[in-house]
Amino acid sequence: MSRPTWRKPPARPVAHRSRVLRLACIATGAGAFSGLFGVGGGTIVVPLLVLWLGFGQKEATGTSLAAIILIGALAAATQALYGNVDLWLGLAIGVPGVLGVMAGAALQQRLSERAVATAFVVLLVASAAVLVF
Amino acid sequence: MDALDWSGLIVLGLAAGMAGGLVGVGGGVLFVPALVVFADKSQLGAEATSLVAIVLVSLMGTWRQRGYGNVRLREGLIIGALSPVGVLVGVGLANSVPERALELSFAGVQLVFAWQLAKKAGLR
Repeated sequence: MSRPTWRKPPARPVAHRSRVLRLACIATGAGAFSGLFGVGGGTIVVPLLVLWLGFGQKEATGTSLAAIILIGALAAATQALYGNVDLWLGLAIGVPGVLGVMAGAALQQRLSERAVATAFVVLLVASAAVLVF
Repeated sequence: MDALDWSGLIVLGLAAGMAGGLVGVGGGVLFVPALVVFADKSQLGAEATSLVAIVLVSLMGTWRQRGYGNVRLREGLIIGALSPVGVLVGVGLANSVPERALELSFAGVQLVFAWQLAKKAGLR
């Protein structure tokens, strides 16, 4: 039985200005989500890069992480000004996180775009469930 | 904190980082509950503290993914640089819309994204 396989969508000729406008909309959505729920906004950035700008699933992953550096750093700095950040605890959980992300990124290279998309769909549904319950 | 709490934090930290590397999120989805459950943090304290971990994870994740050729740095930096506008929108929303309505609408948005991505990847 042949199932449709993942293929990278053909690059759509999106005009430069409208591309920047779309990136600005993604930034606004991610920033709002991040500000409201204290996360990086990756669950908003990744799908919009794929669905709206024709990124491949893996490309969206790496690009989203680059965006999160800035989104997270700005949010962390703001929260630190209010004295809400426990730096040592953040490191206690962040250092294992750094090891985890190295493993996760390496694992991703062994998976198909379709498998990565599946994992992301599962994460989206789980994240939606966390918000509802 | 006792040994159980520490091991809980470490395991969830690893899992959150792993998820981050695999699908491109910072890991806050797991970091925040881990800090609430194992470190006895308030929701606000957990969200603020998780941001430190998110920055570390996204730095390392970007570096590794760049090595694999998966980072379009220009687009990523544009999104990051413009995000403060969104944060202001978020703060405005938080002060004018009931929290429950916000949670439900963002959950709805994520489910729509999940559906669209599944369709695009031919998962149905």
